[in-house]
Amino acid sequence: MKLIDEFRDPALARQLVESIRGAATRRWTLMEVCGGQTHGLLRHGIDEELRDVVELLHGPGCPVCVTPATVIDHAIELALRPGFLLTTFGDMLRVPGSDRSLMQAQAEGANLQMVYSPLDAVKLAQELPSTQVVFFAVGFETTAPATAIAVSQAQALDLPNFSVLTAHVRVEPAMEAIAQAEDCRVNGFLAAGHVCTITGYDQYYRLAQRYRMPIVVTGFEPIDLLVGILRCLQLLEQGSTEVVNAYTRSVRPAGNVAAKEILQQVFVIADQPWRGLGEVPLGGLILAPKFRRFDAVDRFGLERTSIAVEDECQSGAVMSGRIRPTQCPHFGSRCTPQSPLGAPMVSTEGACSAYYRYSNLVPLNTSPAS
Amino acid sequence: MNPGPTWHCPTNTGVGSDRVSLLLGEGGRGSRDFLRQQITGRFPKVHAAFADAVHLPNVPGRLAFTTDSFVVSPLFFPGGDIGKLAVIGTANDLAVSGAKPRWLSLSLIIEEGFSIKVLEQILDSIAATAELVGMQVVTGDTKVVPAGCVDGLFINTSGIGECVPGFVSNTSTLAPGDVLLVSGPVAQHGLAVLATRERFEMHSPLVSDCGSLWPAVQTLIEAQIPFKALRDATRGGVAAVLHEWAADCGHSLCVDQNQFPLTDEVRGLSELLGMDPLFIANEGTMLVAVPEIYVEPALTALRAVRISQDAARVGRVEPKSIVPVSVRRTLSRPVPLDEPMGALLPRIC
Amino acid sequence: MCLAIPGHVVRWLRRDPPFCEAEVDFLGVRRVCNLSCVPEAQVADYVIVHAGVAISLMDAAVAHQLLEELRSIENPVNRGEPGDPHE
Repeated sequence: MKLIDEFRDPALARQLVESIRGAATRRWTLMEVCGGQTHGLLRHGIDEELRDVVELLHGPGCPVCVTPATVIDHAIELALRPGFLLTTFGDMLRVPGSDRSLMQAQAEGANLQMVYSPLDAVKLAQELPSTQVVFFAVGFETTAPATAIAVSQAQALDLPNFSVLTAHVRVEPAMEAIAQAEDCRVNGFLAAGHVCTITGYDQYYRLAQRYRMPIVVTGFEPIDLLVGILRCLQLLEQGSTEVVNAYTRSVRPAGNVAAKEILQQVFVIADQPWRGLGEVPLGGLILAPKFRRFDAVDRFGLERTSIAVEDECQSGAVMSGRIRPTQCPHFGSRCTPQSPLGAPMVSTEGACSAYYRYSNLVPLNTSPAS
Repeated sequence: MNPGPTWHCPTNTGVGSDRVSLLLGEGGRGSRDFLRQQITGRFPKVHAAFADAVHLPNVPGRLAFTTDSFVVSPLFFPGGDIGKLAVIGTANDLAVSGAKPRWLSLSLIIEEGFSIKVLEQILDSIAATAELVGMQVVTGDTKVVPAGCVDGLFINTSGIGECVPGFVSNTSTLAPGDVLLVSGPVAQHGLAVLATRERFEMHSPLVSDCGSLWPAVQTLIEAQIPFKALRDATRGGVAAVLHEWAADCGHSLCVDQNQFPLTDEVRGLSELLGMDPLFIANEGTMLVAVPEIYVEPALTALRAVRISQDAARVGRVEPKSIVPVSVRRTLSRPVPLDEPMGALLPRIC
Repeated sequence: MCLAIPGHVVRWLRRDPPFCEAEVDFLGVRRVCNLSCVPEAQVADYVIVHAGVAISLMDAAVAHQLLEELRSIENPVNRGEPGDPHE
């Protein structure tokens, strides 16, 4: 596939692995911010391959994982109401709310429709004028423009039966929360390439300076991930706290200006509870007053509740890099992908699930590659 | 359809209208009319009573016997329909057991109100597919259930096949060094159904691989390939088969993701939806395990028939390690391949 | 997070925001995508699509330049490994 295959080239990957080994004089600790990067690192065995020179901590960039259980409960409540259709991404269906997931609620009669795009939910609302179509909107700045465009379309079409249940989050405040923690072990960040495609990376200079760590904007394919790691190690070895863009084919310094304008029209920045991390100052996006009539919480009189404490799941400690998933007492015993205690074990990109699936808990005995 | 007079008795028998009625499955006149009109015409070997047992001819060797139920939604998808699938699924289960598919039972569970026209289309498809794979429908049953009890139409088929002496799929015989082959491009069926069922608004030339594997098994037998194991990679895809085989033989299996043939549209759609083709269902693609020295003759034989013309070598059996199934992707280091858990969902995250 | 993949613009369908729509091809799979965030995209351009919305115009020249640089600069470091003969 053009512009994907080239970035999975095994020969180039091997060459980069060697360069990374050559660049490191000690073992560094990096955090890849985005769950999609976690997925790629583990799927291609990059974390294992580089274990001796770099420790990779899995960051908070999994919107599925940080969506508060109470919002999932709201989604379930709406999906169970007669005359309602709840639409959302496939990612959200298995994530447990306070007591059950959307998929479990479907067995009780919840009306659900998986969609690939929020714009398809707008089309559904046009086709089903007597049904209240709610789009359950999760995701970082990458996904927020899609929700914003959907809401703008609903506004332009004056659709009375379309609304959104939003749980959009912002990456930068979460990175800052992690960087400023006293027990932060992160030496450098691999910033989320598709978030930066929207936001740009100008805002990271302040972060890099203040917390004395390099930040490398990184993509998702194996070659992108290896280049990101290499650049970050090179900066660390030089003692540099630069911000570098290693995902140049998609990311520009100021991001996508048109997308940012759309976001600014539709959303305002607000404090936001993150599952596992608690209230993150300025950590979320909520609908601007002009678009508030499309807010499902307002429209349907849902109770805005504060985040419930997740007793057993240690997702906060995992996502801020204080512990590895395997250090959680419940990992692999009481908490597995089949029976998750918390969100990071559910989503395929959740740090715990990714660990459970891919991590070589015991080294492989298989014969070396041909 | 019904050549009788144009008037209908108000206490109708359930046939003659354009919808399936509950009466049709109640026995008596309605059932008999249905049988005559819809079943025996298409399947002449079905005993007229459609109820009592059929007597099968003598065959010299052993028999293989299998059963499966089909509940696919939607009933029609690019490359097939529930009727074709109900024949192919059972025929393939026999084929990968090393048995030539011969006789088939056909049981229909129909939702009240189901369109007779659609039912006829599906029965035609069953008849055509059965002929294509060389199976005879010899017995069956029809039930109609109240609306809402099933999703349109469920089908159960059982099949009997004739075993070919000397060729058995026995996964417990897999040994380190044996080589794994795949008969063709993977993930076509699951994605074709998903793209039709869900509201993804994707327009693709994607077509299910739904097709008979017997020609591929037959060509291996004719080429005297002493295969050790065959399995059609249906639900859970290739990954499910690999995990079953690893558990059966007690060794580890390692595959190379890049060796699996994929069509362009499967690549495009699986990238878009964030789904791994190794976990997606097939209905005309199998895994084959052969001793190393038979790899080339096996591939040559497979590539000579249409259903397996893109057969490829994809992996091997290795000494037991802590990881039952592993996969090589970009780096040469193998990483564990998950065992499929539940339905695979598309993701955007 | 944020699965986004490149596809090429086949044709524009409408250009009025917020409905800017074009047909985008991903190896033969076609989908109508919203191009509100990349109004400058032209037919045959590669756009990166996430959840039905193009989030950026892919700079293919930059992509190939990076690959060229990597192949020429990032040679295996002298660890006794033979270099890759292909460059």
